[in-house]
Amino acid sequence: MATVTDPAVSKDVSQRRLVEMNWDPITRIVGSLGIYTKIDFANRQVAECHSTSSIFRGYSIFMKGKDPRDAHFITSRICGICGDNHATCACYAQNMAFGVRPPSMAEWITNLGEAAEYMFDHNLYQDNLVGVDFCEQMVKETNPGVLAKAEQTMSPNAEAHGYKTIADIMRALNPFTGAFYLETLQMSRMTREMFCLMEGRHVHPSTLYPGGVGTVPTVQLFTDYMVRLMKYVEFMKKVVPLHDDLFDFFYEALPGYEKVGQRRILLGCWGSFQNPEVCDYTYKNMDKWGHAMYVTPGVVVDGELVTKNLVDINLGIRILLGSSYYEGWEQGEMFVKKDPLGNPVDRNHPWNQTTTPRPQRRNFKGNYSWVMSPRWFDNRTGDYLALDTGGGPIARFWATALAGIVDIGYIKATGKSVKIYLPKTAGKPEVEFEWKIPKWSNAIERDRARTYFQAYSAAAALYFAEQAMRELHKGNTKTFRDFEVPDEAIGCGFHEAVRGVLSHHVVIREGKIANYHPYPPTPWNANPRDIYGTPGPYEDAVQNTPIFEENGPENFKGIDIMRAVRSFDPCLPCGVHMYLGQGKTLETHHSPMFGVQGR
Amino acid sequence: MPAEVVPYGRSTQRAPDVKEIHVLWITAGLGCDGDTISITAATQPSVEDVLLGAIPGLPKVHLHNPVLAYEVGDDFMKYWYQAWEGKLEPFVLVVEGSIPNEKIKREGYWAALGNDPDSGQPITTCEWIDRLAPKATAIVGAGTCATYGGIHAMEGNPTGCMGLADYLGWGWKSKAGLPIVNVPGCPVQPDNFMETILYLLYQLAGLAPMIPLDDQLRPKWLFGATVHEGCDRAAYYEQGDFAADYNSPKCLVKVGCWGPVVNCNVPKRGWMNGIGGCPNVGGICIGCTMPGFPDKFMPFMDEPPGARLSAAAIGVYGAAIRSLRSITNSTVNKEPKWRHPGNRLTTGYRPKAF
Repeated sequence: MATVTDPAVSKDVSQRRLVEMNWDPITRIVGSLGIYTKIDFANRQVAECHSTSSIFRGYSIFMKGKDPRDAHFITSRICGICGDNHATCACYAQNMAFGVRPPSMAEWITNLGEAAEYMFDHNLYQDNLVGVDFCEQMVKETNPGVLAKAEQTMSPNAEAHGYKTIADIMRALNPFTGAFYLETLQMSRMTREMFCLMEGRHVHPSTLYPGGVGTVPTVQLFTDYMVRLMKYVEFMKKVVPLHDDLFDFFYEALPGYEKVGQRRILLGCWGSFQNPEVCDYTYKNMDKWGHAMYVTPGVVVDGELVTKNLVDINLGIRILLGSSYYEGWEQGEMFVKKDPLGNPVDRNHPWNQTTTPRPQRRNFKGNYSWVMSPRWFDNRTGDYLALDTGGGPIARFWATALAGIVDIGYIKATGKSVKIYLPKTAGKPEVEFEWKIPKWSNAIERDRARTYFQAYSAAAALYFAEQAMRELHKGNTKTFRDFEVPDEAIGCGFHEAVRGVLSHHVVIREGKIANYHPYPPTPWNANPRDIYGTPGPYEDAVQNTPIFEENGPENFKGIDIMRAVRSFDPCLPCGVHMYLGQGKTLETHHSPMFGVQGR
Repeated sequence: MPAEVVPYGRSTQRAPDVKEIHVLWITAGLGCDGDTISITAATQPSVEDVLLGAIPGLPKVHLHNPVLAYEVGDDFMKYWYQAWEGKLEPFVLVVEGSIPNEKIKREGYWAALGNDPDSGQPITTCEWIDRLAPKATAIVGAGTCATYGGIHAMEGNPTGCMGLADYLGWGWKSKAGLPIVNVPGCPVQPDNFMETILYLLYQLAGLAPMIPLDDQLRPKWLFGATVHEGCDRAAYYEQGDFAADYNSPKCLVKVGCWGPVVNCNVPKRGWMNGIGGCPNVGGICIGCTMPGFPDKFMPFMDEPPGARLSAAAIGVYGAAIRSLRSITNSTVNKEPKWRHPGNRLTTGYRPKAF
């Protein structure tokens, strides 16, 4: 049974005059993404949306037969902005397959590296890429009325960030000239230095291995990290209030803006930051060590935490086709019939997937993307849920907040919020931020969560650095534990890439990779309609997005659609620019994609 | 208002031969956008240094990179069509990602960028390279995918992809007489790339001779030395002192490092601002800058076959050197004996009157 994820009710479709508007490729993202829409200008609404990706590389194919220890070096190259998340996740999967538990110091170093990655990546994306959608230059072109209002609106948190009016914030975001844009670019470099201290190189790390890391833990290593971290902590005390002011202003200036990019609350988070005290990388203890992660894994449906058990999460993953350029694998080999706990594993699970590409002409009524359609099977209802990651942070916060487990002083999950404590810095006093569960899963809240997660990562890094230095002072400087590659094994790794859920599934036979399937966040977000007709999250979030832009079809920028799509932090390696279609008027017709689509 | 006073030193400033130049950057090869992300980490020079004119004597640069662009839609695409029509003069084409072989299949595309207005189908990346290469003043390959094929051109790959010079021909020359310029690295080291662009800008401004390239089309000053020659762990090798696993600050050749035979300056230059790197900070060199990457270096974590012999040969010599050095080291770790709080001066000075 399929799931309708679209909460909006379509208006009388038969009366609509739809204009086709296409953006392919979308700029200021990582990866090649095209968005094809039909817009109802009379009702100021997007009526239909298809998302497509124009790149195929074939990792699952060329990894077959390779040494399993090469997996993290290879898979890092999947992504040019969060390659280290892949490398880390691949090491987690290898640790399980090889039966090796790295020394604690290795986990703290990896956590510090990954925290720096979140700090860097969210920072660069939020204010050098997404931020441009909210900058003065853009708002002037799309909503001059909103800019005029911004000039008159005082920033409630001006004292914290120094920009008197909302328009001042917007000006500071202008690309390559705005003060905050340039400051952010500098910060994105300093955080990458922090990353390089722990993982060697950005973005494809050099020092990660199954069994641990090659980084040498010295007093100097942590000094170099801490002095930079504290500068970032101070920066956060300005960044979080600045974004609160900007985002709250949009709700106020454009009533109804909460509908932009809104979709049903269907969020997935696979957990991040291992706790070395608990994590032994065994499958049978996966539930236990999953709960000990410093970002709690979970599936959130309609605001309810359906599970926080990594075994349930793992078994529920399904890879569906429907609109993608691949052959099915109904006749393919079942590599893993049962998991190590004896639970049956589905044919459409990544462990059993066989990737066979079939390049073909693009057809929006048939196959139109290289992205497959990952879904999560909800065994309560039998639905194949099109979970999204909301670009990462909103799902991480939502799952962590509801689970109420994380409590490390600097961070406390309360059951309905997450408290983040940042200590005194050179120029600013201590601050406590609180991310509260929002009313909607929409563009603004995805963007807001990203800012708060930058602070979360900084707070978590303070804790990790303390733990690492404690180990160092005790003389526990081992960073690597040796292992043997077994002839036959399976493994899975769960992590949070910057923009959301990340899993790697490996099957080893005769000491070589027999099957390998990584599932990064973007396939979850950017996928096309599945076999049941359920649209992917971008499609779903853009469909029925109201149009607030003041321009008509002639000089339409599609800013509200861009904000909706970019709120997911798209990352389809090889992304490019935006192409505005010809504004062709279509036949009035009833599209089968509205309302009860796919049932 | 007084008439403008021309400063004496202005005579040192020379107008560039080319006043303005466009940089068109295709990220739609089979890649990961990691090279674009990498250059945002550069500081020597930074991307904004180049765009905002921080370095004297250079043309004004207009960058058209999809990840960083403000413009969208037709505003962005117009530069690409202008370049194709020969109306965007001059421009440097940067290619990121490996070039798929679109000829090996019946239909569809491996990599594409934008849509053909007539057919409504995607325009392949190869088509764009065919359109733009003849018009470009220079072509630069950013990263190992674009230069030699890289990870996506690994054995067993379905797309048949390759490097830019494989696609255009190794003897290809731009209309201005420049060969393809390859800046490999997976990803490209940030400053290596920006410095190469800077050199080309100097050259086009008339301030530098033809860019010196080796036979793999790499800038000679960046890729002339090996990883090992710039590695601060190389002294351990000299002393025959090798890491047995990754828990060690010593030389990593026995646990998979290919540094002695790989052309790359990363351990010397660091990854950014002198921080990070590969074997210098505990990461084996997997040869990611090399035309033979990745296949000739896999499995990465095994000792390179050639290292076995050379490491054994250095073993005897290195052990002897190490023990001699250890004797000298313990000598120089002791202060001279005349530094003491006793009643007598023993420094060798003979005072006439104290």
